[in-house]
Amino acid sequence: MKTSDFDPISITIFNRQLRNATIVVLAVFGVLILRLWFLQIVNGGMYRTKSEHNRIRLQDVPPFRGMIFDRNGEMLVDNRPSYDLYVIPEGIQDREELIKSLDRLLGLDPKVTEQDLAKASHKLPFTPICLKKDMSRDALAVIETHRFNLPGIMVEVKPQRFYVYKSLASHILGHLGEIGENQLKNGGYPNNKSGDLIGKSGVERKWQSFLNGMRGGEQVEVDAAGRKIRVISKKPAVSGKNVYLTIDKGLQTLAEEALVDKTGAIVAVDPDNGEVLALASSPSFDPNLFVMGIDKATWREISTSGGYPLQNRALTGQCPPGSVFKIIVALAGLEEGVVNPEEEVFCNGVYTLGKHKFRCWKKWGHGNVKLHRALVESCDVYFYTMGKRLGVNKIARYAKMFGLGNRTGFDAGKERGGLIPTSKWKLKRFGVPWQAGETISTSIGQSFVLVTPVQMATLISAVFNGGILYRPKVTKWVGDSQDQRICEFSPEVMGKVEVKQEYLELVKKALIGVVNEPHGTGWRTKLKDITVAGKTGTAQVVKLKKEKELDDAGGVPWKYRDHAWFVAVAPAERPRIALAVVIEHGGHGGSAASPIAKEIIKAYLGVAE
Amino acid sequence: MFDRRLIQNFDWILLLLLLIVAAISILNLYSATYPIRDVGGSLIFVKQIYWFSIGFIVFLLMTTFNYHLLERFAYPAYFLSIALLIAVLFIGKVTSGSQRWLSMGPVSLQPSELAKVAVLIVLAKFFSENSGFREYRLRDLWQPFVLIGIPSILILKEPDLGTALLLMLVSLSVVLFVKVNWKSLSIFVLSALSVAPFIWFNLKEYQKMRILTFIKPDMDPLGAGYHINQSKIAIGSGQLWGKGFLKGTQTRLNFLPEQHTDFAFSVLAEEWGFFGSVLLILLYMFLILWGLNIAKDSKDKFGSIMAVGVVAIVFWQVAINVGMATGLLPVVGIPLLFFSYGGSSLISSMALMGLLMNISMRRFMFQ
Repeated sequence: MKTSDFDPISITIFNRQLRNATIVVLAVFGVLILRLWFLQIVNGGMYRTKSEHNRIRLQDVPPFRGMIFDRNGEMLVDNRPSYDLYVIPEGIQDREELIKSLDRLLGLDPKVTEQDLAKASHKLPFTPICLKKDMSRDALAVIETHRFNLPGIMVEVKPQRFYVYKSLASHILGHLGEIGENQLKNGGYPNNKSGDLIGKSGVERKWQSFLNGMRGGEQVEVDAAGRKIRVISKKPAVSGKNVYLTIDKGLQTLAEEALVDKTGAIVAVDPDNGEVLALASSPSFDPNLFVMGIDKATWREISTSGGYPLQNRALTGQCPPGSVFKIIVALAGLEEGVVNPEEEVFCNGVYTLGKHKFRCWKKWGHGNVKLHRALVESCDVYFYTMGKRLGVNKIARYAKMFGLGNRTGFDAGKERGGLIPTSKWKLKRFGVPWQAGETISTSIGQSFVLVTPVQMATLISAVFNGGILYRPKVTKWVGDSQDQRICEFSPEVMGKVEVKQEYLELVKKALIGVVNEPHGTGWRTKLKDITVAGKTGTAQVVKLKKEKELDDAGGVPWKYRDHAWFVAVAPAERPRIALAVVIEHGGHGGSAASPIAKEIIKAYLGVAE
Repeated sequence: MFDRRLIQNFDWILLLLLLIVAAISILNLYSATYPIRDVGGSLIFVKQIYWFSIGFIVFLLMTTFNYHLLERFAYPAYFLSIALLIAVLFIGKVTSGSQRWLSMGPVSLQPSELAKVAVLIVLAKFFSENSGFREYRLRDLWQPFVLIGIPSILILKEPDLGTALLLMLVSLSVVLFVKVNWKSLSIFVLSALSVAPFIWFNLKEYQKMRILTFIKPDMDPLGAGYHINQSKIAIGSGQLWGKGFLKGTQTRLNFLPEQHTDFAFSVLAEEWGFFGSVLLILLYMFLILWGLNIAKDSKDKFGSIMAVGVVAIVFWQVAINVGMATGLLPVVGIPLLFFSYGGSSLISSMALMGLLMNISMRRFMFQ
């Protein structure tokens, strides 16, 4: 006998236990059947009625996106209610009549309505179909008065992103767009679902996770027409966090006004911490356009028009710095000991290297110039001479020390790094060695040198704050309110310029001269009560000779005209604002860019002329 | 070795019960998924027919060998399933937040389904061999508790609360069935209750929340709370005779969540009413009672205990699933076996039924 075969005692126990099990099973199934009897027979009628009027459904409660404020607490981005018109296909009584009524009352194109309703046939009959987003108040009033003649129609209120000052600071704030298929899949947006709007650029993109908030939902009972009768239970949505920027709304407005009808950019920063006070890029766009889902024609206009309004020129607009670059060559020369401030260089208007002739912008030359006057009057021949002594690689070392050739790491928006050429770079890039002549044009910020406006603002800040490179940033802090800050962004030092203070002082004095001395190229920026310091730059788009020919042929076409630069700080003794202005194809820095800088400085420091 | 008596003893009633449930299930799935196609593009009820066909083959295969063979392979099978459960935690596929599936080439496998059967066999072996005790005391039971505990904890880790719960309930049913001393049982229950608050206070906040919503679905108005509400309306509105095939409004209008899986019973109850749902419940009841009868007729303890275990699996799944759909129990993801859509659970259930058939067919055999 096997061990597992039954012995008589086991059989008795087993049979008793089987009987007990049978009783348990009968009891439990009895309970289930009783429960079914209770649900289906006793309360069946009630549930039947409920199912016939079953209008209990889940409704999304979208969170309020966080608001965005300027440095003074002024609201730049808000949410406003949008009244959207929906129809519930099941509720429609007379389809033709409804389409006609909507045309008559709201001017909805019958064809479009027909199409919208046709799309609905693939969906469940209780799914609301959107017919019109963001109705006007008048349209809303019309719907409310006629709602009993429009069965199946309902109005939903949803929060909608609202850029209070339209295009103001649009490049910093950024814009929203529908979340993409990949973004949904890769798990980077856990609180979003298909159809949601997320930040696509600027601050909206950078702080998406803070601004977004958490979706809630409601179990609601709706009537036959789909209107909400009562909320059965709900999980409230959690609003997004607010973002407080370093932007000064007034200054930003002024900067943008200065750029109207021009192509260019302005960056104004606090030289003591890198906080961006204003950052304008022109042409700009109205982010409100993207909120409703942009139509094709508008999109085409924005994305393909020559000005590329979506591009943030302050961060991505790369062009040669022109004479602004002389600041770097001067400091490099002093620090490397190839320049004696008292040494005189004779400028007759032309610098000759081998067969090539390099011209000074002043046709007849500056005569004998020392460093100070060379900067003040922006003598090209002086810097050709210094550049030749330094060589391109030393120039590049100092330029990089000032953060050029690399992205600054600005916190909101795509950025480009510009370019600082070296002999190694050229060999690698083009397979040809560096030419001596290229050093000459590099020393006045031409040849391959490319910079962005935000880099220029950082550069001029560093010259006047003792050589500290602060990372430019636009976010001050994120939080629910003034008292509840989730994260705060303190100034970040990204580098220090290794140049003796006395040399910095020499250059600073010269830059004051640029604005305040009789022949200074930046004289247009001069203010009575405040010392402004700065440097002009004129970046050539085509070679001088070509330009001359074009000029003779009757005016230089716009796209061949020079880019005008001006970088400045004020007050020079203890700067509170540093800025870089670039006007693309604006002509000379002194005439096209520096007057704009003056207006901004005046406004920010609150002084009269 | 193949005995003519096996054919004579073929349990036609068991097979008939299964065929009827299968037919109702396919009919019901046809209605529940009327407009829906699954990812592969084929209709879900067609896929369920495939699964049933495979299931019946597995069912027949399970009858071909003498079930005493399992006694010999009990421990190897048990350790294999534990190894697979550990493997799934490391290399399992993550679907909706938990790791339950192990994919091996084209075949995906849910190790927890295998573990259910393995634990059953090990328990049957243990209790059939340790027959010296009239009534088991706690100290006799430490081995079975370890055998149940390890896979339960591994399944909880996936996390698959439903399956872990089912495994524990089924195993405890078997332990209770073999008769535990009353005193030992009360000590066990009391100590479990006294440890519970201690565990509770050591849980993290999110773990507490998860358990609370499990007990009180109202705390999750957009998930479980909504499901229960809609399911009750669907079942209740069926009234006596139901709304008719393909006429369930709750189902048609997609109010019912998971209507082809966890809430398949609600679809039946809506369209066939009290009549149809009680009929299905009675079918399950007959299946269970028939299984207990097989346990009674078996000539050895191993077969008998295993039959009880299989019955316990059917019993708990039906009780929990129907209890959940009717709002008697919290929402747990336990499908109604043979009835909800799903290949993996269907095949493992059919395998268990094959085992029951195996035991039934050999009820008159002596070794």
